[in-house]
Amino acid sequence: MAMCLSVRRAACSGLALCTLMATPLFAQNVPVPAASAAASQDPQQIRRELDRLRQEFEAIRDSYGARLAALESRLGGAAAPAATPPAAGEAPAAPVPPQPPQAAGVDVPSGAAGAGGPQGALPVYGNTGASSKVFNPDMAVIGNFLGATGSNRVQPAPALEMHEAEVTFQAVVDPYARADLFLTASPTGAEIEEGFLTLTSLPGGLLAKVGKMKQQFGKVNTMHAHTLPWVDVPIVMNNLLGGEEGLNDSGISVSKLLLNPFFFLEATGEVYQGDSGVFKTYKRSDVSWLGRLRGYRDLTEGTNLDIGASFATGHNDVWPDTTTKLFGVDATLRYRPLRRAIYHRFMGRTELIWSRKWHGDGDQAAFGMYASGEYQFAQRWFAGGRYDRSGRADDASLIDKGGSFIVTFWPSEFSQIRGQLRRTDYAIGRPANEALFQFLFSIGAHGAHVF
Amino acid sequence: MKKMIVAAIAAVSLLGSANAFAAPLKVVSTTQDLGSIAKEVGGDKVTVDALAQGYQDPHFVEAKPSFILKLHSADLLIAVGRELEIGWLPPLVNQSRNTRIQPNGDRYLDASQTAKILEIPTGQLTRAMGDVHPSGNPHYWLSPDNGRRIAQLIQKKLSEISPADAPYFAQRYADFDRRLAESEKRWTATMAPFKGVKVVTYHRSWPNFTDAFGLDVVGYVEPKPGIPPSPSHTLDLIQEMKRQQVKIIMVEPYFDRKTPDAIARETGAQVVVLAPSVGGEKEVTDYFKLFDYNTNLVANAIKQTGAK
Repeated sequence: MAMCLSVRRAACSGLALCTLMATPLFAQNVPVPAASAAASQDPQQIRRELDRLRQEFEAIRDSYGARLAALESRLGGAAAPAATPPAAGEAPAAPVPPQPPQAAGVDVPSGAAGAGGPQGALPVYGNTGASSKVFNPDMAVIGNFLGATGSNRVQPAPALEMHEAEVTFQAVVDPYARADLFLTASPTGAEIEEGFLTLTSLPGGLLAKVGKMKQQFGKVNTMHAHTLPWVDVPIVMNNLLGGEEGLNDSGISVSKLLLNPFFFLEATGEVYQGDSGVFKTYKRSDVSWLGRLRGYRDLTEGTNLDIGASFATGHNDVWPDTTTKLFGVDATLRYRPLRRAIYHRFMGRTELIWSRKWHGDGDQAAFGMYASGEYQFAQRWFAGGRYDRSGRADDASLIDKGGSFIVTFWPSEFSQIRGQLRRTDYAIGRPANEALFQFLFSIGAHGAHVF
Repeated sequence: MKKMIVAAIAAVSLLGSANAFAAPLKVVSTTQDLGSIAKEVGGDKVTVDALAQGYQDPHFVEAKPSFILKLHSADLLIAVGRELEIGWLPPLVNQSRNTRIQPNGDRYLDASQTAKILEIPTGQLTRAMGDVHPSGNPHYWLSPDNGRRIAQLIQKKLSEISPADAPYFAQRYADFDRRLAESEKRWTATMAPFKGVKVVTYHRSWPNFTDAFGLDVVGYVEPKPGIPPSPSHTLDLIQEMKRQQVKIIMVEPYFDRKTPDAIARETGAQVVVLAPSVGGEKEVTDYFKLFDYNTNLVANAIKQTGAK
């Protein structure tokens, strides 16, 4: 096939050249040197021959254009190819640049074609990069609008807030790597939420990521706000993993598949600058480390179990020589009947996290967890609940608890409306009863959902 | 040090290619249709593993880690393409740690390259049109001619990977082509009396099938691709079906039958649950049975309902 294609391409450009050379010459009625033998015979015959060649060229160009259009739309998502008006009178230069898709060209009046002038769709000039747009990264913007009612005096959230707009750029860099960039703008400012290079062609079954990224600690910590099954994040994220953004830092991650006949097993090792919600760096050597082991197995064709254990350590914000160690266990059970996959699914998940924070004069060993379940009961409807309980990293004896009930509606794959009733019993302060709601929307290229 | 690494990599890849000659090629296909065709062409020189099951909506497959393991050891990945798998295949391929099956690799085959693709949209596209596929309808394997084109593509690819077996693959392809041509006559004969019969389909999964066998699709149960049926659209569709006397509703096995059944009750039409893929129904075990099953079912339903 590849050969066949390249042959066709060569034929196409060869033919294009011939036609382009021949067309103006023919218009001036000058005998074509290459065809001089034929010219002495019968100009009519040459005319017919040229017409035939022209038709062939047009047919090939059309198919080539369609092919390019398909390629362009595949690479550029739904982005329409840009068209600028062609500069009139400009003679096409040989070799012919790749023709823009038909829709982008401008049709020449049919009468003009008879004089041997340009015909069909003209190439687009003044926009030399038109065809290189296919290399633009996939782009998407995800808006996350939050609202809250009820009272919360401990951690009050705004009544209405455009909480976050996330802009994503994703593309293959070269045969060896791809890059993903997630920029977020929120009322507190703009930042790189994640921006990393993934090296996909390392030997030895290794996969490496380099950049700023969410650390592979458990499950929730690795997820973007718009992929969570709740409006908020579990209390344990705020108490033990440093807040909504969690462990998110600049570093290097290497993971390897541990092949065995029984189940999927993946080991990940990561090293970070050491400056995230939990860790703080005072000098270069204060890097933080992370290790994770993840096992997965299909129980039936529709049910599977995903289990992981994570460990992270680094310097904390108390003194330059004090450290925090984190240990986490997570388990996820999924059920999704294949035949009715778009109507029903269940996901139950829990994460248990232990934090040990040294303060210089002793340590605080805090424990936190959440358990949540979500069931899809119709094509676009989900209902779920979550239980929260977590000590605080600086004072393990202060335990916050909470419970939530969540309903989610998907108008389409690209938008989501969610309501959440939440009660939080804070260790200090009055309990909060709140109703939260969220509008999520996504525009741009269709991003794949990470499992 | 560098030399050692290069030597090690060279040794590993040599070992790898030596193995490839000895053991059957591990072909992973995203759907069972492509798997079935790959098996027809590859014979016992390949093992075939399909990721999505035939009774599963191929747009919405979960990117399960168990698929990563299959892709990790794959010698060839065959995908439907045309954005059908865009929601789940890219992260799997990224995590596969298999350089060769990356979209730019020599072991990744987009089966749509030479297929006849219908419904390539022109003009401005927006998501207000629903879940549109910018590069055309991806359900193209549902015409026998495209099956032939896919097989030829696979034959070329397998021969590239394993040149020593090229004559074998060529012979297998020729055999497949011959049997397909024979079966095509049978299918065409089954469907010939029903040329131009009007049908409604649930999703836009069937243009290549209806095109191949001369059925006329006049409407869809989905108001827009990927958008579930709405009451107003359903009412409109019922009116339209009554007006045009449409008696056949073609449904994929992964869609809820509630709305199609309700429409059928109102219009006196028959709901036909077809197999959109190999494996879509128990008896549909290969690419030939896919058309046997579907043409027979549709022909019988048309006879029973007297659809025109």
